[in-house]
Amino acid sequence: MPNMSPKKNPMPTQDPKERSCNFKEVALGYTKEMAVDEAQRCLNCKNKPCVSGCPVGISIPDFIAKVAVEDFDGAYDIITKSSSLPAVCGRVCPQENQCEGKCVRGIKTEAVGIGRLERFVADWHNEHSTAAPVKPEPNGHKVAVIGAGPSGLTCAGDLAKMGYDVTIYEALHLAGGVLVYGIPEFRLPKSIVQKEVDGLKALGVKVITNTVVGKTISVDELFEDEGFEAVFIGSGAGLPRFMGIPGENLKGVYSANEFLTRVNLMKAYKEDSDTPIKKNKSVAVVGGGNVAMDAARCAKRLGAENVYIVYRRSEAEMPARKEEVEHAKEEGIIFKTLNNPIEVMGGDDKFVNGLKCVEMELGEPDESGRRRPVVKANSEFILDVDCVVMSIGTSPNPLIKNTTKGIETNKHGCFICNEDGLTSREGVYAGGDAVTGAATVILAMGAGKTAAKAMDEYIKAKN
Amino acid sequence: MYKIVRKKELNPTVTLMDIEAPMIAKKAEPGQFIILRVDEEGERIPLTVADFDREKGTVTIIFQIVGATTEKLNHKNEGEYIQDFVGPLGVASHTDGLKKVAVVGGGVGCAIAYPIAKKLHNLGCEVHSIVGFRNKDLVILEDEFKAVSDKLCMMTDDGSHGEKGLVTQALRKLIESGEKYDEVIAIGPLVMMKFVVAVTKEFGIKTVVSMNPIMIDGTGMCGGCRLTVGGETKFACVDGPDFDGFLVDFDEAMDRGTMYKPFERHKHEETCNLFAKEVK
Ligand SMILES: Cc1cc2nc3c(=O)[nH]c(=O)nc-3n(C[C@H](O)[C@H](O)[C@H](O)COP(=O)(O)OP(=O)(O)OC[C@H]3O[C@@H](n4cnc5c(N)ncnc54)[C@H](O)[C@@H]3O)c2cc1C
Ligand SMILES: Cc1cc2nc3c(=O)[nH]c(=O)nc-3n(C[C@H](O)[C@H](O)[C@H](O)COP(=O)(O)OP(=O)(O)OC[C@H]3O[C@@H](n4cnc5c(N)ncnc54)[C@H](O)[C@@H]3O)c2cc1C
Ligand code: SF4
Ligand code: FES
Repeated sequence: MPNMSPKKNPMPTQDPKERSCNFKEVALGYTKEMAVDEAQRCLNCKNKPCVSGCPVGISIPDFIAKVAVEDFDGAYDIITKSSSLPAVCGRVCPQENQCEGKCVRGIKTEAVGIGRLERFVADWHNEHSTAAPVKPEPNGHKVAVIGAGPSGLTCAGDLAKMGYDVTIYEALHLAGGVLVYGIPEFRLPKSIVQKEVDGLKALGVKVITNTVVGKTISVDELFEDEGFEAVFIGSGAGLPRFMGIPGENLKGVYSANEFLTRVNLMKAYKEDSDTPIKKNKSVAVVGGGNVAMDAARCAKRLGAENVYIVYRRSEAEMPARKEEVEHAKEEGIIFKTLNNPIEVMGGDDKFVNGLKCVEMELGEPDESGRRRPVVKANSEFILDVDCVVMSIGTSPNPLIKNTTKGIETNKHGCFICNEDGLTSREGVYAGGDAVTGAATVILAMGAGKTAAKAMDEYIKAKN
Repeated sequence: MYKIVRKKELNPTVTLMDIEAPMIAKKAEPGQFIILRVDEEGERIPLTVADFDREKGTVTIIFQIVGATTEKLNHKNEGEYIQDFVGPLGVASHTDGLKKVAVVGGGVGCAIAYPIAKKLHNLGCEVHSIVGFRNKDLVILEDEFKAVSDKLCMMTDDGSHGEKGLVTQALRKLIESGEKYDEVIAIGPLVMMKFVVAVTKEFGIKTVVSMNPIMIDGTGMCGGCRLTVGGETKFACVDGPDFDGFLVDFDEAMDRGTMYKPFERHKHEETCNLFAKEVK
């Protein structure tokens, strides 16, 4: 008999007051008892609507059934048939728009906590598994992966398991992509990402950091000089965009990428870090996505008294995960929705001292189907802040495209690929944000998996 | 890890190092830069590729000790290693079609100007180098410049070496005496470049400047290195570091460069104290 409780087992979290002053993980994870209890809420539906909502098609009711009978290893095996990064995805997937959004239990009450269960299973495995990774029999073929984000790591892992000799080239000094430089420690502990990377190394994957493909080495050289037979590009979303309003180059205006990189990758929040970050009293973060939530919550943790999210649409249109919005509110982030900045104000010292905004109201739906925000007349006001973080999206980095023959991009600058991830050039595959524009970890991971399969078929067919 | 194969003090505050980095040495061109981290907790800082040896696989950097990171770097010795070293980044300086060029270098900026002067010289271009330092003790690369210049003007603020005066005065004199340059390349402190541009604008001589804003990743990801050039936002690490001097907003760049002053001073003192303790 399933557990018919209308509510999900709540996620134990650090107290909001306490956590808004530290960088430790906010969500603490289910206990074994909670996980089993939550798993029993699943109805094991025949038509599996939840699975249709999962971008990589994890057999959700099957893994949940294993959790219900405390067979956590079995659950883990089912998940990892479709997903390579369960400990990451269980924490950062927008489940409410994916599996949980489709869950039958969610129609009348709360959906099954699928994400929380996924996280539990992955954490349980990481903690209890002693099985050493088996190094696969080498098949004698070399492949290269550009970028060590979720798409590249997944592609590398799958290929290594098939016996390929895999080398990852990463531009930064650390592997992980957005998982290490973007998403903060309190949402995704870096030790989890490190574990994934270590796992790949144990499979024999070579991770070469400090190498910018297109500068240090070109794609052509990877084929001609290094002897790789296929290449996967997972170079990510690229360059930050700015609004183009006056005052954006004043001191104290950051792109979210810069702000988060200083805090997360360079650990500017730690006293002993050599990398500086400006200490602020009041911070405005412009945007409504996960990136904006992360920047705002980091600003709070760095000691800002007032942190505002300035977003031009209403909360219903915010693309951020629901849980992040809720956590941000609990931590005291102030939401200024239906507000749009028109100018960053600065003093004689050229430091920011205010953000001039206008109020917006929702008009007719636009091409995205969301109601278009329009400016309310005479609604100008100034938000008293000394730091502004722009979190309004990215555009692809043209570096690889400009230095590689025969790879086509669309009008936005994203690589054009077929459904296997193959670009317009033979042997070159791509996936993740570099193809879709800024998206999600699970989609990037899925793209890495798809490409790995196609690369294997391509190399096998050739030999 | 990247090995320091040679270390040489050029003056009390400027040090040269050859770093073993074969992949970078193979690709580097004048005008490009690298980013390094001295150790695990280190900051990422950009330094220009001052020279390279493709055969030996080494890249030369020349840095002025101005703060915590350069201080730490200077405490490393030959045979020791630095944590991270990535490049070559940025766009190489354009040298195509240049027949006669004035290269203006100020202070440690001379380290950045030297490889370009050398390349132009090797391409058969007539090179007039104008290099400026505060005083005699701070002069670097004099012989190197001599070897690649058809004319060398050595300037010091106090006249303790070469001629007394600023590089802009020497440049104006040369132009007014009838020298016709295809281009002026100015590399040094922002103020110096700003005033060089003020001179060359008067005479309508195309001027290229090398910008050095604060950087982190150096790959176009963070936007921290942005500048306004001709009214547009440019990222120095991917679009530069060379830009058309007539179009750069120098005042804004100077302001942005001072963003972390108090933090940097604090970190530098801390580092110095640390090293002082070690010595005791
Ligand atoms: C702050 C923030 C929060 C986010 N929160 C969430 C969330 O909660 N849930 C979610 O699902 N998604 C979230 N996302 C989005 C998600 O992180 C991305 O969609 C995902 O990381 C994309 O993976 P990727 O492998 O395509 O690229 P990335 O993770 O961007 O990795 C690309 C890697 O390639 C490297 N690289 C780039 N160019 C080169 C080159 N020329 N040579 C060598 N290496 C190169 C980069 O340094 C980087 O390490 C967030 C993103 C950000 C920025
Ligand atoms: C493309 C480029 C090429 C450069 N080439 C050289 C060179 O060949 N030789 C040389 O001596 N210097 C060069 N610089 C400047 C050098 O990067 C800084 O002197 C160095 O970062 C100072 O670090 P610090 O911690 O020792 O000093 P800090 O005390 O941190 O800073 C002192 C000053 O250095 C600048 N600075 C600080 N951090 C950075 C950073 N991350 N990026 C850029 N500038 C910063 C700031 O203007 C600051 O006020 C270059 C800079 C750029 C952007
Ligand atoms: S839709 Fe919900 S209840 Fe049905 S199988 Fe999936 S998780 Fe279980
Ligand atoms: S240094 Fe980050 S974009 Fe240039």
